[in-house]
Amino acid sequence: MANFEIEREVVIDAPVEVVWRTITEPDQISRWFADRVELVVEPGGYGAMYFGDEGEGGPLVVEVVEPPRRFSFRWNHPAGEEPVADNSLLVEFTLAAEGRERTRLRVVESGLDRLAWPDTEKERYAGEHNGGWATFLGRLAGLLADRAGG
Amino acid sequence: MSTATDDELWSAIADPSRRRVLDLLVDGGEVSASALAGLVPFTRQAVSKHLAVLERSGLISRRKQGREVLYRVETDRLDQATNAMAELARKWDRRLDRIKRLSEAAHARNKERNGDQA
Repeated sequence: MANFEIEREVVIDAPVEVVWRTITEPDQISRWFADRVELVVEPGGYGAMYFGDEGEGGPLVVEVVEPPRRFSFRWNHPAGEEPVADNSLLVEFTLAAEGRERTRLRVVESGLDRLAWPDTEKERYAGEHNGGWATFLGRLAGLLADRAGG
Repeated sequence: MSTATDDELWSAIADPSRRRVLDLLVDGGEVSASALAGLVPFTRQAVSKHLAVLERSGLISRRKQGREVLYRVETDRLDQATNAMAELARKWDRRLDRIKRLSEAAHARNKERNGDQA
Protein backbone atom coordinates (compact mmCIF):
# COMPACT_ATOMS: atom_id res chain seq x y z
CA MET A 1 0.00 0.00 0.00
CA ALA A 2 1.21 3.41 -0.89
CA ASN A 3 2.27 5.66 1.95
CA PHE A 4 0.30 8.53 0.60
CA GLU A 5 -3.41 8.08 0.65
CA ILE A 6 -6.54 9.94 1.53
CA GLU A 7 -9.20 8.00 3.36
CA ARG A 8 -12.67 9.40 4.00
CA GLU A 9 -15.89 7.86 5.21
CA VAL A 10 -19.56 8.70 5.35
CA VAL A 11 -22.64 6.99 6.79
CA ILE A 12 -25.64 7.11 4.49
CA ASP A 13 -29.26 6.42 5.39
CA ALA A 14 -29.96 4.29 2.35
CA PRO A 15 -29.53 0.59 1.50
CA VAL A 16 -26.22 -0.49 0.07
CA GLU A 17 -27.78 -1.20 -3.36
CA VAL A 18 -28.99 2.39 -3.66
CA VAL A 19 -25.57 3.78 -2.75
CA TRP A 20 -24.01 1.39 -5.22
CA ARG A 21 -26.10 2.84 -8.02
CA THR A 22 -25.18 6.38 -7.01
CA ILE A 23 -21.47 5.71 -7.25
CA THR A 24 -21.46 3.53 -10.37
CA GLU A 25 -24.14 4.80 -12.77
CA PRO A 26 -22.68 7.43 -15.11
CA ASP A 27 -25.71 9.76 -14.95
CA GLN A 28 -25.44 9.61 -11.14
CA ILE A 29 -21.65 10.05 -11.12
CA SER A 30 -22.10 13.24 -13.10
CA ARG A 31 -24.06 14.62 -10.16
CA TRP A 32 -21.35 14.20 -7.54
CA PHE A 33 -18.06 14.03 -9.41
CA ALA A 34 -17.76 15.62 -12.81
CA ASP A 35 -20.14 17.54 -15.02
CA ARG A 36 -20.31 14.75 -17.53
CA VAL A 37 -19.16 11.17 -17.23
CA GLU A 38 -18.85 8.38 -19.77
CA LEU A 39 -18.04 5.07 -18.23
CA VAL A 40 -18.14 1.37 -19.00
CA VAL A 41 -18.74 -0.13 -15.57
CA GLU A 42 -16.82 -3.36 -15.86
CA PRO A 43 -13.24 -4.32 -14.99
CA GLY A 44 -10.96 -2.75 -17.59
CA GLY A 45 -13.77 -0.53 -18.81
CA TYR A 46 -12.73 2.88 -20.07
CA GLY A 47 -14.31 6.12 -19.13
CA ALA A 48 -13.88 9.84 -19.37
CA MET A 49 -15.09 12.74 -17.35
CA TYR A 50 -15.47 16.37 -18.15
CA PHE A 51 -15.30 19.26 -15.74
CA GLY A 52 -17.01 22.44 -16.83
CA ASP A 53 -14.83 24.90 -14.96
CA GLU A 54 -11.60 23.00 -15.01
CA GLY A 55 -11.94 22.51 -18.76
CA GLU A 56 -10.20 19.29 -19.54
CA GLY A 57 -11.70 15.92 -18.84
CA GLY A 58 -9.65 13.02 -17.65
CA PRO A 59 -9.56 9.42 -18.75
CA LEU A 60 -10.26 6.75 -16.20
CA VAL A 61 -10.16 2.99 -16.21
CA VAL A 62 -12.34 0.81 -14.03
CA GLU A 63 -10.46 -1.75 -12.00
CA VAL A 64 -12.79 -3.62 -9.63
CA VAL A 65 -16.56 -4.02 -9.91
CA GLU A 66 -18.04 -6.18 -7.17
CA PRO A 67 -21.64 -5.10 -6.65
CA PRO A 68 -22.61 -3.88 -4.19
CA ARG A 69 -19.42 -3.90 -2.13
CA ARG A 70 -16.38 -2.72 -4.06
CA PHE A 71 -15.79 -0.34 -6.93
CA SER A 72 -12.47 1.12 -7.98
CA PHE A 73 -10.91 3.02 -10.84
CA ARG A 74 -7.63 4.58 -11.82
CA TRP A 75 -7.26 8.11 -13.08
CA ASN A 76 -4.82 10.98 -13.48
CA HIS A 77 -2.55 8.91 -15.69
CA PRO A 78 -0.85 10.64 -18.62
CA ALA A 79 -3.00 10.80 -21.74
CA GLY A 80 -2.29 7.95 -24.11
CA GLU A 81 -0.74 5.74 -21.44
CA GLU A 82 -2.24 2.68 -19.84
CA PRO A 83 -2.84 3.37 -16.17
CA VAL A 84 -0.68 1.29 -13.85
CA ALA A 85 0.38 1.59 -10.23
CA ASP A 86 3.22 3.98 -10.99
CA ASN A 87 1.47 6.57 -13.14
CA SER A 88 -2.03 6.95 -11.79
CA LEU A 89 -4.20 7.45 -8.75
CA LEU A 90 -6.37 4.62 -7.49
CA VAL A 91 -9.80 5.45 -6.11
CA GLU A 92 -11.40 2.62 -4.15
CA PHE A 93 -14.93 2.65 -2.82
CA THR A 94 -15.97 0.16 -0.17
CA LEU A 95 -19.60 -0.19 0.85
CA ALA A 96 -20.67 -1.90 4.05
CA ALA A 97 -24.30 -2.44 4.96
CA GLU A 98 -25.12 -1.40 8.51
CA GLY A 99 -28.64 -2.69 8.84
CA ARG A 100 -31.14 -2.70 6.00
CA GLU A 101 -31.29 1.01 5.44
CA ARG A 102 -27.86 2.25 6.35
CA THR A 103 -24.55 2.07 4.50
CA ARG A 104 -21.04 2.99 5.49
CA LEU A 105 -19.19 4.24 2.43
CA ARG A 106 -15.43 4.52 2.51
CA VAL A 107 -13.21 6.01 -0.18
CA VAL A 108 -9.46 5.67 -0.38
CA GLU A 109 -7.48 7.59 -2.94
CA SER A 110 -3.91 6.41 -3.15
CA GLY A 111 -0.90 6.69 -5.39
CA LEU A 112 0.10 10.34 -5.24
CA ASP A 113 3.43 9.30 -3.83
CA ARG A 114 3.94 6.90 -6.71
CA LEU A 115 3.73 9.54 -9.37
CA ALA A 116 7.17 10.39 -10.66
CA TRP A 117 8.68 8.31 -7.91
CA PRO A 118 12.32 7.46 -8.59
CA ASP A 119 12.94 3.73 -8.79
CA THR A 120 15.86 3.64 -6.42
CA GLU A 121 15.35 3.56 -2.68
CA LYS A 122 11.65 3.14 -3.24
CA GLU A 123 10.90 1.05 -0.22
CA ARG A 124 14.24 1.36 1.46
CA TYR A 125 13.33 3.44 4.43
CA ALA A 126 9.62 2.90 4.26
CA GLY A 127 9.69 0.81 7.41
CA GLU A 128 10.80 3.60 9.70
CA HIS A 129 8.29 6.04 8.27
CA ASN A 130 5.25 3.90 7.82
CA GLY A 131 3.07 6.47 9.53
CA GLY A 132 2.35 7.83 6.09
CA TRP A 133 3.10 11.25 4.87
CA ALA A 134 -0.20 12.79 5.78
CA THR A 135 0.81 12.24 9.39
CA PHE A 136 4.27 13.44 8.56
CA LEU A 137 3.04 16.71 7.10
CA GLY A 138 0.79 17.29 10.07
CA ARG A 139 3.67 16.74 12.45
CA LEU A 140 5.99 19.02 10.49
CA ALA A 141 3.40 21.76 10.42
CA GLY A 142 3.02 21.40 14.19
CA LEU A 143 6.76 21.61 14.78
CA LEU A 144 7.05 24.69 12.61
CA ALA A 145 4.18 26.35 14.44
CA ASP A 146 5.88 25.60 17.76
CA ARG A 147 9.13 27.08 16.55
CA ALA A 148 7.41 30.18 15.23
CA GLY A 149 5.54 30.58 18.51
CA GLY A 150 8.55 29.98 20.77
CA MET B 1 -6.81 17.74 -9.97
CA SER B 2 -3.11 17.86 -9.21
CA THR B 3 -1.05 20.45 -10.99
CA ALA B 4 2.50 19.93 -12.18
CA THR B 5 3.68 21.93 -9.17
CA ASP B 6 1.80 19.67 -6.84
CA ASP B 7 3.30 16.61 -8.47
CA GLU B 8 6.76 17.97 -7.77
CA LEU B 9 5.80 18.51 -4.16
CA TRP B 10 4.30 15.07 -3.75
CA SER B 11 7.22 13.26 -5.26
CA ALA B 12 9.67 15.34 -3.24
CA ILE B 13 8.01 14.41 0.04
CA ALA B 14 6.97 10.94 -1.01
CA ASP B 15 10.41 9.44 -0.67
CA PRO B 16 10.89 8.34 2.95
CA SER B 17 14.59 9.19 3.03
CA ARG B 18 13.80 12.70 1.79
CA ARG B 19 11.20 13.01 4.51
CA ARG B 20 13.93 12.08 6.95
CA VAL B 21 16.14 14.87 5.61
CA LEU B 22 13.27 17.35 5.75
CA ASP B 23 12.54 16.22 9.29
CA LEU B 24 16.09 16.94 10.39
CA LEU B 25 15.99 20.37 8.77
CA VAL B 26 12.79 21.19 10.62
CA ASP B 27 14.38 20.11 13.90
CA GLY B 28 17.74 21.70 13.25
CA GLY B 29 16.79 25.02 11.71
CA GLU B 30 19.75 25.61 9.42
CA VAL B 31 21.94 22.61 8.73
CA SER B 32 24.86 21.94 6.38
CA ALA B 33 24.94 18.97 4.04
CA SER B 34 27.87 17.43 5.89
CA ALA B 35 26.12 17.76 9.24
CA LEU B 36 23.05 16.12 7.73
CA ALA B 37 25.15 13.29 6.31
CA GLY B 38 26.31 12.52 9.83
CA LEU B 39 22.74 12.10 11.01
CA VAL B 40 21.34 9.75 8.38
CA PRO B 41 22.17 6.18 7.39
CA PHE B 42 22.85 7.00 3.77
CA THR B 43 25.78 8.39 1.87
CA ARG B 44 26.80 12.01 1.51
CA GLN B 45 26.02 11.70 -2.21
CA ALA B 46 22.51 10.50 -1.48
CA VAL B 47 22.01 13.41 0.91
CA SER B 48 23.11 15.85 -1.80
CA LYS B 49 20.68 14.28 -4.24
CA HIS B 50 17.80 14.53 -1.80
CA LEU B 51 18.67 18.13 -0.98
CA ALA B 52 18.65 18.97 -4.69
CA VAL B 53 15.18 17.46 -5.17
CA LEU B 54 13.82 19.20 -2.09
CA GLU B 55 15.29 22.49 -3.24
CA ARG B 56 13.75 22.09 -6.70
CA SER B 57 10.35 21.52 -5.14
CA GLY B 58 10.78 24.74 -3.18
CA LEU B 59 10.54 23.00 0.18
CA ILE B 60 14.03 24.05 1.22
CA SER B 61 16.44 26.81 0.32
CA ARG B 62 20.16 27.30 0.85
CA ARG B 63 22.62 30.03 1.54
CA LYS B 64 26.35 30.17 1.69
CA GLN B 65 28.09 30.96 4.92
CA GLY B 66 31.84 31.02 4.63
CA ARG B 67 32.85 27.70 3.12
CA GLU B 68 29.64 26.00 4.11
CA VAL B 69 26.25 25.79 2.43
CA LEU B 70 23.39 25.85 4.91
CA TYR B 71 19.94 24.49 4.16
CA ARG B 72 16.65 25.45 5.74
CA VAL B 73 12.98 24.65 5.36
CA GLU B 74 10.77 27.07 3.46
CA THR B 75 7.82 27.34 5.79
CA ASP B 76 5.41 28.84 3.26
CA ARG B 77 5.98 26.05 0.79
CA LEU B 78 5.51 23.43 3.47
CA ASP B 79 2.26 25.11 4.49
CA GLN B 80 1.23 24.96 0.87
CA ALA B 81 1.87 21.22 0.83
CA THR B 82 -0.14 20.74 4.00
CA ASN B 83 -2.98 22.80 2.56
CA ALA B 84 -2.94 20.94 -0.75
CA MET B 85 -3.25 17.73 1.18
CA ALA B 86 -6.17 19.07 3.20
CA GLU B 87 -7.82 20.35 0.03
CA LEU B 88 -7.75 16.87 -1.51
CA ALA B 89 -9.43 15.50 1.59
CA ARG B 90 -12.02 18.29 1.47
CA LYS B 91 -12.77 17.47 -2.16
CA TRP B 92 -13.58 13.91 -1.21
CA ASP B 93 -15.67 15.08 1.73
CA ARG B 94 -17.73 17.21 -0.63
CA ARG B 95 -18.15 14.32 -3.07
CA LEU B 96 -19.14 11.91 -0.32
CA ASP B 97 -21.63 14.44 0.98
CA ARG B 98 -23.21 14.69 -2.47
CA ILE B 99 -23.29 10.88 -2.74
CA LYS B 100 -25.02 10.76 0.63
CA ARG B 101 -27.68 13.28 -0.36
CA LEU B 102 -28.29 11.66 -3.76
CA SER B 103 -28.59 8.18 -2.25
CA GLU B 104 -30.88 9.26 0.55
CA ALA B 105 -33.12 11.13 -1.89
CA ALA B 106 -33.26 8.09 -4.20
CA HIS B 107 -34.06 5.87 -1.24
CA ALA B 108 -36.88 8.18 -0.16
CA ARG B 109 -38.31 8.11 -3.70
CA ASN B 110 -38.09 4.29 -3.80
CA LYS B 111 -39.92 4.03 -0.50
CA GLU B 112 -42.61 6.38 -1.66
CA ARG B 113 -43.08 4.39 -4.86
CA ASN B 114 -43.26 1.11 -2.99
CA GLY B 115 -45.70 2.67 -0.56
CA ASP B 116 -47.95 3.68 -3.45
CA GLN B 117 -47.94 0.15 -4.79
CA ALA B 118 -48.78 -1.39 -1.43
